[in-house]
Amino acid sequence: MPLLLEPNSNEIKEKKLYAEMGLTDDEFQKIERLLGRTPNYTETGIFSVMWSEHCSYKKSKPLLSKFPTEGERVLQGPGEGAGIIDIGNDLAVAFKIESHNHPSAIEPYQGAATGVGGIIRDVFSMGARPIALLNSLRFGELDHPRTRYLFEEVVNGIAGYGNCVGIPTVGGEIQFDDCYKGNPLVNAMCVGLIRHEDIQVGQAKGIGNTVMYIGSATGRDGIHGATFASEELTDDSAEDRPAVQVGDPFMEKLLIEACLEMVKCDALVGIQDMGAAGLTSSASEMASKAGTGIELNLDRVPQREQGMTPYEMMLSESQERMLVVVEKGREHEIKEIVSKYDLEAVEVGHVIEEQQFRLKFQGEIVTDVPVDALAEDAPVYQMPSKTPKKISQTQSTIEIENAEKVLEQLLQQPTIASKEWVYQQYDHQVQTNTVVQPGSDAAVLRVRGTNKAIAMTTDCNSRYLHLNPNRGGQIAIAEAARNIVCSGAEPVAITDCLNFGNPDKPEVFWMMEQATDGMAEACELLNTPVISGNVSLYNETNGTSVYPTPVIGMVGLVHDVKHITTQHAQQVGDYVYLIGDSTSEIGGSELQKLLIGRYEGDAPELDLNVERTRLQSLLGSIQNGLVSSAHDVSEGGLAVALAEKVMTTQFGLNVELNGQDLIELFSETQSRFVVTVQPEQSEAFEKSVDAKRIGSVTNDSQLSVAFNGEKVIHQSVDHLTNLWKGALPCLVKSKA
Amino acid sequence: MRFAVVVFPGSNCDMDMLFAIQDALGEDVEYISHRDQDLSRFDAVLLPGGFSYGDYLRSGSIASFSPIMESVKAFAQADKPILGVCNGFQVLLESGLLPGAMKRNENLKFICQTTPVIVANNETQFTSEYQQDERIQLPIAHAEGNYECDDATLEKLEQHNQIVFRYADNPNGSKGDIAGICNEKGNVLGMMPHPERAVDSLLGSADGLRLFQSILVNWREHHAVTS
Repeated sequence: MPLLLEPNSNEIKEKKLYAEMGLTDDEFQKIERLLGRTPNYTETGIFSVMWSEHCSYKKSKPLLSKFPTEGERVLQGPGEGAGIIDIGNDLAVAFKIESHNHPSAIEPYQGAATGVGGIIRDVFSMGARPIALLNSLRFGELDHPRTRYLFEEVVNGIAGYGNCVGIPTVGGEIQFDDCYKGNPLVNAMCVGLIRHEDIQVGQAKGIGNTVMYIGSATGRDGIHGATFASEELTDDSAEDRPAVQVGDPFMEKLLIEACLEMVKCDALVGIQDMGAAGLTSSASEMASKAGTGIELNLDRVPQREQGMTPYEMMLSESQERMLVVVEKGREHEIKEIVSKYDLEAVEVGHVIEEQQFRLKFQGEIVTDVPVDALAEDAPVYQMPSKTPKKISQTQSTIEIENAEKVLEQLLQQPTIASKEWVYQQYDHQVQTNTVVQPGSDAAVLRVRGTNKAIAMTTDCNSRYLHLNPNRGGQIAIAEAARNIVCSGAEPVAITDCLNFGNPDKPEVFWMMEQATDGMAEACELLNTPVISGNVSLYNETNGTSVYPTPVIGMVGLVHDVKHITTQHAQQVGDYVYLIGDSTSEIGGSELQKLLIGRYEGDAPELDLNVERTRLQSLLGSIQNGLVSSAHDVSEGGLAVALAEKVMTTQFGLNVELNGQDLIELFSETQSRFVVTVQPEQSEAFEKSVDAKRIGSVTNDSQLSVAFNGEKVIHQSVDHLTNLWKGALPCLVKSKA
Repeated sequence: MRFAVVVFPGSNCDMDMLFAIQDALGEDVEYISHRDQDLSRFDAVLLPGGFSYGDYLRSGSIASFSPIMESVKAFAQADKPILGVCNGFQVLLESGLLPGAMKRNENLKFICQTTPVIVANNETQFTSEYQQDERIQLPIAHAEGNYECDDATLEKLEQHNQIVFRYADNPNGSKGDIAGICNEKGNVLGMMPHPERAVDSLLGSADGLRLFQSILVNWREHHAVTS
């Protein structure tokens, strides 16, 4: 009898075995108080995962409460599998972003693949058909062989899973900085489309209703994954490889189709995926939300291996599993649907009135704890916060002599360079809705059967947060909104993935406070509520934290496909306009990294009111058909933005600028846009947008920039395109 | 005209194929399960792209043993049109309806891009609406599209004009730049590029639509003669 090998309650308490599972002394005592006794081994394991930061947000909850979560289009805010916004026509869009950082650091292919699989389940468990995937990735510098391995395999894992399940990967962003060397960030976002009437909730309602298990059998993989995700990585973390799960996208594809057919059947009462903390969290959360209890018979759980203990079954994070609650007596209807997809639905328990989470195994009750103790009574901590010493008071002066050379170098920086090498490995066209493919500011997908489209992007420049977390948090939201607006869409809502270091360190927690303050303010002002999200803490390697990286996934609504705009110049003779003045701010810029190899000073200034005004006027002029192309100015500044307008096109640009210092060509002053406008529209455009005409689109395929009357850049667009496209493949192949 | 889109477990371009026929071509179309065996009500069979059976074992291999494939073979025998795209092409190769095999792409990576394709034979019932040697833009999306066959087979394919599409800029290492081939009788076409993804200029290219129009035009002509 395997259970006998497990430590008993006394041993757990006396030898503090709970500490190995990540519970503190205080937390263990709290569990004892809630139960009125000492928990057994299975129960201790269950509490440890449910009370981990990953599942309970015990250290981040106070920060999350600052975010605006309501808006006229919000149908479902945070708390379910994914948030949902209304897009009219009785349709809605469900989306969420989630991290899979720690697994990807240890086993990059499976870590990234299962990250994609998990977020897809969050979306289709709402009843939505997943229509797009995006991601946001952070790595160390590519001159390190292990970083190249992580980068290649993460991309491979995302491709391997997303391509197979038939959901297009349409967008993303990648930033390379040394702080991510040991702890890469892999955040995956999924967007789904749903009819209002099909919206599901993960609730275990109706006493006596049947709990059914669908999908892969439960194995010993991923045990304590949630706990693992709530600790720092160390040199020994590779030993945690069993905590990384293995994905099966084929099974996921069957599950998607089965579940989407199932939601049309009214025998279905509730549905939730088994994500972090697997069977434990899905079952207990469904009961907690419905105010009921659940009793499971673990002998009935499909198992991949023999001799699995309740502890292993409850903590397994085997992938591609769903838990559903079905009206009693109608189980056969669900079984019939899933059998079409070669799947089985197995009765594993039922909803009970008593609000207990009760598990039976081989005729014995092995767990009997109050449902709310797991889901609701997790401790919430007000972590101490302390302002860190300023990263750097001073800022080294930079001088630029040859602007053309600097531009060429910037285009080859991996963060700026073309990501074609990456997105060519992703099927970004399947489902045939992708109007704007990867490579523009935001991806745009048409909504079949309507005149509408949706735009989506992921953004976060963590270098600004590193220098100034509050303003950096604001900029992350603002930049996402710029990308959405440049594609012709109205920003509607965001999902966020808060990637930070160890919150137990007051300086790290201070950054979390500051960043979320900045984000909340920007969301409020730009009217983009937070409808879902995820927190990933302990992103540290051997004590060193990554930059604060709250990744923003934003979705916008294109009211008419005619409004869809890309960043690329469209027509010879169009005027080029710059919205916003350029200053010589270089803190946190790609230029600073290029020339001095580090980030110093302060993040660029941001005036949210100015931002909002510019976004509104630009969107208005796009919607009125006055704009041919629009692009925001971001990493690498104006010169890079100008190059990006014509690279991959047959056009050139002839631009004349005036200013104080050549640095203004590369500074990252915020709230700027480069747009092109047909001459006949220019009068109307100038009336509606405060912009400066700086040049025109040419047919000579040359990027020509004069500064204070002197030609400082004159280079063939083909040459620039080759540098920009060639950089990433070259860096990946280099074996130095 | 009535089209069947065969759905294998793991097919994922089945919807795209259905929409291409229904919305862009405007003809009747329905899904048919890999478990079914009755194709009698259909005038053409489409095997869509995707990852049937997760590409486990070999792409297209397990699907080629599906119950429906016996009927697909009979359909081919009866000289009716069959189109296999991407994974559907792989299924046709695995079931022996077309010669050759697929290797992994030369760069060993999945490639998704829109690529120029040359219509190498416009005298088939799938390509009559194109000009001979016309250069069209079609999306590709595959990891195993590197067509391989022995020299004798290649010679035979050339001799019988069975090479229907060639890549203008070979993306995956395919022998003879082959992007699509048909059987000797010309009623079974397998191709790696996705015509069903190129039926609406909103998404970049509508060059694939004429392939489906060719099928329709030829069916109508044939139908007019025989009825």
